[in-house]
Amino acid sequence: MSVPPVAEVAATDREYARKETDHGLNARRIGHVIMELKDITLRFGGVTAIRGVSFDIREGEIRAIIGPNGAGKSSMLNVINGFYHPQEGEVWFRGQRRGPLKPHEIAHQGIARTFQNIALFRGMSTLDNIMTGRLTKMRANMFWQALWSGRAEAEEIEHREKVERIIDFLEIQAIRKTPVGRLPYGLQKRVELGRALAAEPKLLLLDEPMAGMNVEEKQDMSRFILDVNDEFGTTIALIEHDMGVVMDLSDRVVVLDYGSKIGDGTPDEVRTNQAVIDAYLGVSHD
Amino acid sequence: MARPYAGRDTFPKLLLANAREKGSLPASREKEYGIWQSWTWAEVAAETRALSLGLTSLGLKPGQSVAIIGTNRPRLYWSIVAAQMAGAIPVPVYQDSVAEEMQYVLDHAGVSFAVVEDQEQVDKILSVQDRLPTLREVIYVDPRGLRNYDHSAMHAYDQVQAAGRAAEADLGSELDARIAAGKGSDTCVMLYTSGTTGKPKGVVLSHDNILITSRAAADFDHLTERDSILAYLPMAWVGDFIFSMGQAYVKGFSVACPESADTMMADLREIGPTYFFAPPSIFERLLTTVTIRMEDAGPTKRWLYRTFMDHARACSAKRKAGQALSLGDRFMYLLGEIFVYGPLKNTLGMSRVRVGYTAGEAIGPDLFEFYRSIGINLKQLFGQTEASVFITQQPDDGVDPDCVGVPTPGVELRIDEKTGEVFYRSPGVFREYYRNPEATAETKDAEGWVATGDAGFIDERSGQLRILDRAKDVGRLKDGSLFAPKYVENKLKFFPNILEAVVFGHERESCMAFINIDLSAVGNWAERNNIAYGGYAELAAHPQVYAMIEKNIEETNRSLAEDPMLSGCQITRFLVLNKELDADDGELTRTRKVRRRIIAEKYAPLIEALYGGRDSVFAEIEVTYEDGRKGRISGNLEIRDVRTFPRREAVGRAA
Repeated sequence: MSVPPVAEVAATDREYARKETDHGLNARRIGHVIMELKDITLRFGGVTAIRGVSFDIREGEIRAIIGPNGAGKSSMLNVINGFYHPQEGEVWFRGQRRGPLKPHEIAHQGIARTFQNIALFRGMSTLDNIMTGRLTKMRANMFWQALWSGRAEAEEIEHREKVERIIDFLEIQAIRKTPVGRLPYGLQKRVELGRALAAEPKLLLLDEPMAGMNVEEKQDMSRFILDVNDEFGTTIALIEHDMGVVMDLSDRVVVLDYGSKIGDGTPDEVRTNQAVIDAYLGVSHD
Repeated sequence: MARPYAGRDTFPKLLLANAREKGSLPASREKEYGIWQSWTWAEVAAETRALSLGLTSLGLKPGQSVAIIGTNRPRLYWSIVAAQMAGAIPVPVYQDSVAEEMQYVLDHAGVSFAVVEDQEQVDKILSVQDRLPTLREVIYVDPRGLRNYDHSAMHAYDQVQAAGRAAEADLGSELDARIAAGKGSDTCVMLYTSGTTGKPKGVVLSHDNILITSRAAADFDHLTERDSILAYLPMAWVGDFIFSMGQAYVKGFSVACPESADTMMADLREIGPTYFFAPPSIFERLLTTVTIRMEDAGPTKRWLYRTFMDHARACSAKRKAGQALSLGDRFMYLLGEIFVYGPLKNTLGMSRVRVGYTAGEAIGPDLFEFYRSIGINLKQLFGQTEASVFITQQPDDGVDPDCVGVPTPGVELRIDEKTGEVFYRSPGVFREYYRNPEATAETKDAEGWVATGDAGFIDERSGQLRILDRAKDVGRLKDGSLFAPKYVENKLKFFPNILEAVVFGHERESCMAFINIDLSAVGNWAERNNIAYGGYAELAAHPQVYAMIEKNIEETNRSLAEDPMLSGCQITRFLVLNKELDADDGELTRTRKVRRRIIAEKYAPLIEALYGGRDSVFAEIEVTYEDGRKGRISGNLEIRDVRTFPRREAVGRAA
């Protein structure tokens, strides 16, 4: 058996990735472009939140969006999932140009997300919260669901199994029946991730998944994000402030500052990009 | 001479017999995706056979050993018998041991195959595999996260089974021959004792050891195939091996595995086992949760609980004194069963428990009485890995909280007159410590008598064995009076606020103690009294907590003064440690027993401060985190004096 390389032995991310490939690891395949954003400009009245930003997300990758406060990261995420429609520019998702969407179309297009501030149903159990993530997959109408018979029954059993697999995957069996309002913050974040996964998204958006977590919770969450990407091959776009986490997790990073793109590339490239260092990581004085 | 259990003298043969005779009865249960799955004896036999063929086709040879690492999962239990079928020796390993500890055991046992639960265990093995020259193949149950690993010497459990099914035609007769060749005197399992001192030792037990002992103890308690048990204690521990493997196979009852360690309580409630074992610490934790929840309940519920619990205690005291219960008492008890005891037993998951055991440490008389008074048949046993568990156990009609029972059928007891150490001889006595003849010779003499290392005596009232302390820990104070540290520590630990205590005093002028508070009990108290705290260290140093602990120790001293033998063990000074004693730091064994010598070395400055008469000490303590990194905790610790009481005889003389 050969030992998987440890992070310490590789000087750069690229070298680390190469070593992984040498060992037959990292068989993860990054595919074609799943989402492409061309010259996006988003304005709120007189305020320009995003100014002429272009980048793409490839199938199977973990793509990070970073930038200082007010850089337009969350707005960008909202453009990606179709909640905002940009005044200028084109959004291409899975080979099709996307126009303005109605709320139900947003829900059905295969993009799921978690929120910066947890948005769960606090009085409902973990199980029920994750079940709501299956809502777009339910076909039986309300009448049969109310009677819980026929197709609705078979369907619910099927959905329940999917949900149970997610509960098992996220290791939250012990809180299955606990109302989420009673759970600690880190676990609520995990339940929210579970709900997003329940929709079986083509593209998963995570808005600051580690905000407010302690080191251990961050490690757990990083593990889950990597596992989701690895096991289900889910494409992930995430916003995160913890630089260590971003550099470890993502395949490519796009850097925004005052609504403009100032850097784009692998974590190593971004780390050494002078514009990024100046704007975001602080100007070095040597 | 015809042996009464010919044809079922090994686990593989017993499995075949069970599949034949009890084929449709449930054997294993596991909760998966929220639903209990079960396997009958016939199904278990088929699964085990497939795995065994798979292992054989991977090259497992008779006499090799197979490590089994993980939490209680049916597939891991099956792999024990699968290894035995192939003629190999299973070696269950504590799943929470760090990589270094694991490396020692795997290397010492010369393991060639490892069947492990998940990625966590695989990673641990990979991190030390350069020091495991004999290890050839790793088989994992849960494939999660392992897809991208190098699979040249690693296999998924299901694939090994599939390969085994495909190899039935080629290897089936070879496997049958290996099963038939198995004898009762063959090695059944190798269990590594956690070891209160030094490196763990591999205890070699034969099929005869395990099966004869299991049969005797199961008959003693009239266990049948209708019974059921929840397997939640470490698989590497001999108790789990006896209860969930030995007795389950001998009697053919079903073993349920919890979904995860965190859901154990909910699973216990759903399964409602009839046979239950837990160390005192778990019974204590259960009672603590109940007490905390009752304190948060409304006044009516609190009143009901108090009234009926008082009544239950009174009834049980009367029964113990041999008095008959009056009609009124019985009626009240019946009401109590409806309002309190029944629902409480249900919450605890013990509604159906017919036989319950505790062992490992002394259990507090109040704690023991609590469970017995609500109608749970909780009993004590005294056992050891080296004895295949059972040395003594309590019969249903002879339960005394101070004693540990009468010898299990087949066991002989002898008590050394000089040291008071207990010796035993039984069919369950282990063959040897693996690759350690010196230790074997030290523990087991030529006639087969084994030293327990515990000092005790036969109680004249009940005729049962009573254990005092570890024989080597029993010492003398400077004035020559008896010093039994564990006895005192146990008395302290019976207070809900105290989680651990370490008492010093051998060859000193008086006894002094380190205390660990129980964070859940004291934390709850702090919450109710609006006391803010940032963590364990801060709460432990709180003056009101100190006052509480002081009161507890004072009470202990008062009761020690009543015992003419042990009144010298009263505690004169104590401090509350700013860190919980932990197995990762080597301060406790994996079964949470205090490692006295290591603590004495590590905390030498604190002990000197205690005996040096100072009233505070600056402590800097090294801690090890779960991933093996080290850190330091430092702070000032207060030292307090406690009131002691004169010996009772002295009071008698003065009066």
